[in-house]
Amino acid sequence: MKFKPYALASGVLALALSGNAHAQVEIQWWHAMGGALGEWVNDLAKDFNASQKDYKIVPTFKGTYDESMTAAIAAFRAGNAPHILQVFEVGTATMMASKGAIVPVGQVMTEGGQKFDPSVYVPAVAGYYTAPNGQMLSFPFNSSTTVFYYNKDAFKAAGLDTDKVPSTWPEVALAAAKLKASGHKCPFTTSWMSWTQLESFSTWHNTLFATQNNGFGGTSARLAFNSPLHLRHIENLANMAKQGLFVYKGRANAPDANFVSGECAMYTGSSGLYANLKRNAKFNYAISTLPYYPDVPGAPQNTVIGGASLWVMSGKKPAEYKGVAAFFNYLSKPEVAAASHQRTGYLPVTKASYELTEKSGFYKQNPGTDVAVTQMIRKTTEKSRGVRLGNFVQIRTIVDEELEQVWNGKKAPKEALETAIKRGNEQLERFEKAGKS
Amino acid sequence: MEKRVRFKSAWLPWALIAPQMAIVLVFFFWPAAQALYQSVLQQDAFGTSIEYVGALNFQRLWDDASYLETFKITAFFSAVVALGGIALSLLLAVFSDRIARGATFYRTLLILPYAVAPAVVGVLWIFLFAPPMGVVSYALQSLGLEWDHLLNPDHAIALIIMAAIWKQVSYNFLFFVAGLQSIPKSLIEAAAIDGARPWRRFWTIQFPLLSPTTFFLLVINVVYAFFDTFAIIDATTHGGPGKSTATLVYKVYYDGFKALDMGGSAAQSVVLMVIVIALTVVQFRYVEKKVQY
Amino acid sequence: MGNGSGMVERRPTLGLLAHAVQIIGVLIIVFPIYLAFIASTHTAAEIASSRPLSLLPGSHFVETYRLALFGGTSSFGSRIGPSAPMMWISLVSALVIAIGKIAISLLSAFAIVYFRFPFRSLVFWMIFITLMLPVEVRIGPTYSVVSDLHMLNSYSGLTIPLIASATATFVFRQFFLTVPDELAEAARIDGAGPIRFLKDVLLPLSRTSIAALFVIQFIYGWNQYLWPLLVTTDESMYPVVMGIKRLIGGEAYTEWNVVMATAILALLPPAIVVVLMQKWFVKGLVDTEK
Repeated sequence: MKFKPYALASGVLALALSGNAHAQVEIQWWHAMGGALGEWVNDLAKDFNASQKDYKIVPTFKGTYDESMTAAIAAFRAGNAPHILQVFEVGTATMMASKGAIVPVGQVMTEGGQKFDPSVYVPAVAGYYTAPNGQMLSFPFNSSTTVFYYNKDAFKAAGLDTDKVPSTWPEVALAAAKLKASGHKCPFTTSWMSWTQLESFSTWHNTLFATQNNGFGGTSARLAFNSPLHLRHIENLANMAKQGLFVYKGRANAPDANFVSGECAMYTGSSGLYANLKRNAKFNYAISTLPYYPDVPGAPQNTVIGGASLWVMSGKKPAEYKGVAAFFNYLSKPEVAAASHQRTGYLPVTKASYELTEKSGFYKQNPGTDVAVTQMIRKTTEKSRGVRLGNFVQIRTIVDEELEQVWNGKKAPKEALETAIKRGNEQLERFEKAGKS
Repeated sequence: MEKRVRFKSAWLPWALIAPQMAIVLVFFFWPAAQALYQSVLQQDAFGTSIEYVGALNFQRLWDDASYLETFKITAFFSAVVALGGIALSLLLAVFSDRIARGATFYRTLLILPYAVAPAVVGVLWIFLFAPPMGVVSYALQSLGLEWDHLLNPDHAIALIIMAAIWKQVSYNFLFFVAGLQSIPKSLIEAAAIDGARPWRRFWTIQFPLLSPTTFFLLVINVVYAFFDTFAIIDATTHGGPGKSTATLVYKVYYDGFKALDMGGSAAQSVVLMVIVIALTVVQFRYVEKKVQY
Repeated sequence: MGNGSGMVERRPTLGLLAHAVQIIGVLIIVFPIYLAFIASTHTAAEIASSRPLSLLPGSHFVETYRLALFGGTSSFGSRIGPSAPMMWISLVSALVIAIGKIAISLLSAFAIVYFRFPFRSLVFWMIFITLMLPVEVRIGPTYSVVSDLHMLNSYSGLTIPLIASATATFVFRQFFLTVPDELAEAARIDGAGPIRFLKDVLLPLSRTSIAALFVIQFIYGWNQYLWPLLVTTDESMYPVVMGIKRLIGGEAYTEWNVVMATAILALLPPAIVVVLMQKWFVKGLVDTEK
């Protein structure tokens, strides 16, 4: 409360100096970026605000993704939602289902008078947030993808060639065996089980994770990750777990700490971990592409995105939507998008920003930072655009629960996958029914 | 419990309860009614399309085998946390009462954990039990015990019980100390002069006189175990491995907060409320008889 | 400082046992907090690569705490906001909540125990039931009410909805039931009205309960996170616990040393409250009148 008089005075001064008859339009942006990422958000807003005087973006940290969703829902129901809300990728279907609550970004941009060309955005990234009819629903803001990390020092100690990256799952298993034989306690682990070992796994092998093109075709999609390929992979992982080659270290990204501390030698996780590694890792490491099975036709295709996007809430004034459009336009500028990509490790949102970054030599100076991009920049197929399902949060938890019982030996892989699909499909049926009412 | 002496006034009691009732009605009953009403609705997260579905959400709970499993885990967890927490803190409080030197110092340190920010509590347990940083798990492994709360359900349940009791011991301890302090010294001195030893004194004087406090803590601890422990579970095991540490309240929290299934979460809240109200009524009816006022 | 009942007679072995139990209890209970302190004296990189966390303090105490308290730029170039202003918000909220809760609960419990009026039992249960519905479930509709009353982004919005307390009412009810009838009888005979009785007799007697409750409710108010998160959009109204949460970046890099330092700083005001309130844990007037 102490800062209000100062803000008021400077606001009055700014108005007086601007010589503009219009008051500045304030746009509320609720986000879930803590730590260093929060600064990135604040800097983006600050720079945009400084570059023009009609609009003012006000970013507010609203907790984690779950918490900011709850806050936004409560606010929306009470009539004071923000203009822009950052929602994680698994919430996409939920947002789409709340038709009255959101305004598609494509519509905001065209009505806001901005030159809007959907094709400038990286297909694998923007495609995830696009409706079946081609209209962009939300603005891709911070996207990551699944990559493979390994500890070069641990490799050396086990007698493995540090320049020969394990790029297929059989190679990973072999490297793990060698590590174990040399006494390493945690050859391989993974984060986000569903995302890395089933979803991204599927698109990487151009195989369906769920019917209806992984949910892009509609809410009648049902889970399909009990195919022979999926079963084979989970059985491999289960065997690795039994032999101590794959050591389970927890759900979500809790295992990040296990890799960064040097405890585990190989890791499948988010490309976003790079920033953490750069600052904290006391060993030599390298990033590479997600492993695959070489005998599967079409592999490797592309991986699936993670992270979040920006949604525009309904019920605001046209002048405010113009400001939102201007802000999104600003974020899409090649220099701005490139700077964001290089600063945070998130994927570049536009092709131009990728090329700009490449020209600047950034990838050469920071080896491995282009792995994530190259996995995503290719043209997607119908089966590999991503996975967009309703009640996705619950489905991921179900997968976590069932797979944990495989790793601790209580369930066989086949049974676990079948149960996961059965429980997951219940969630999808509910979502479909709810959408029809 | 009835008091024989009462004051007589037609309007005063209403005036006295007015402030609390006003706040309770406006900020609890009205929102709570709306929240519970959601248990008979089906709606999208933002409430833009709402449909009345009667008992559908409840039916779904009944049909879900894993939901019924959760009752067992919750009962076990709550019993151990409530009784364990009370026993431990009573022990500490009674011994704290015997000390004159350093009492404030000990008491401050023992009450302090209650003040640790909830956001930080979960992280602290990771600093203790989660490899690679975990100090305790490292020690256990050096002793040969393979501590793995990620895949071993027994370890996971042990972890959340320990964490839940830890948070609550400070709270119980504080009230026991306050309760012990309000027992007149003269009673204890008289008994000592009569030759009663400390152990006897405890059971014949202190424990009975503490019974109002103990009853209060019993009710509150049961409520705590049933309702306030989801944050700890969310920070440590997330209900895993499998569903072995997913208590009833954790599921309520998960469904309402992460899965954004308002109807399901509200239905489960109704069930949970009914259970705890029943337990509380039982305590008031049967256990309170033993309390000496 | 309370008079321990150990003063009653000399029992050295029991006294020793009591100290031993206390020390072991303290070591176990306080150990996690000790670890938090340790973590706050290392650098973030040291913490991330520790297997396990060291048990001894590191050498970065001063700089980390200065950073946490006053803000500045960390060793990795990230800007940390000062936690001091947020502590002020937390302090005011916690005091209002604690004092508010104790005040209205005293009145309600007094009415319930010492008066007979219709629906007396119902009133007690209505207050009691507020414990039985988790905050998260009803937080959306509660937010709507607060928003409709135009209480967002204000101290009143932060505090008033949290002031109804079943715990405090229950505590006072339990305590009042133990107060001997003779005292109330004596007051009536003296011609003192109920309010006089409350003020001059019950209140002094309730000291230890009030002290205990003040500690608990102050900490409750101090540690509020979810409610302030929803009710404030103005970051200058953020309490300190939200500040701690904000330092924890999800996927990306979190400076645990600063987080822990802020958490330890956030522990200090409650610790001071605990120390001060113990002065009221004194067996005083209570003896002679019982």
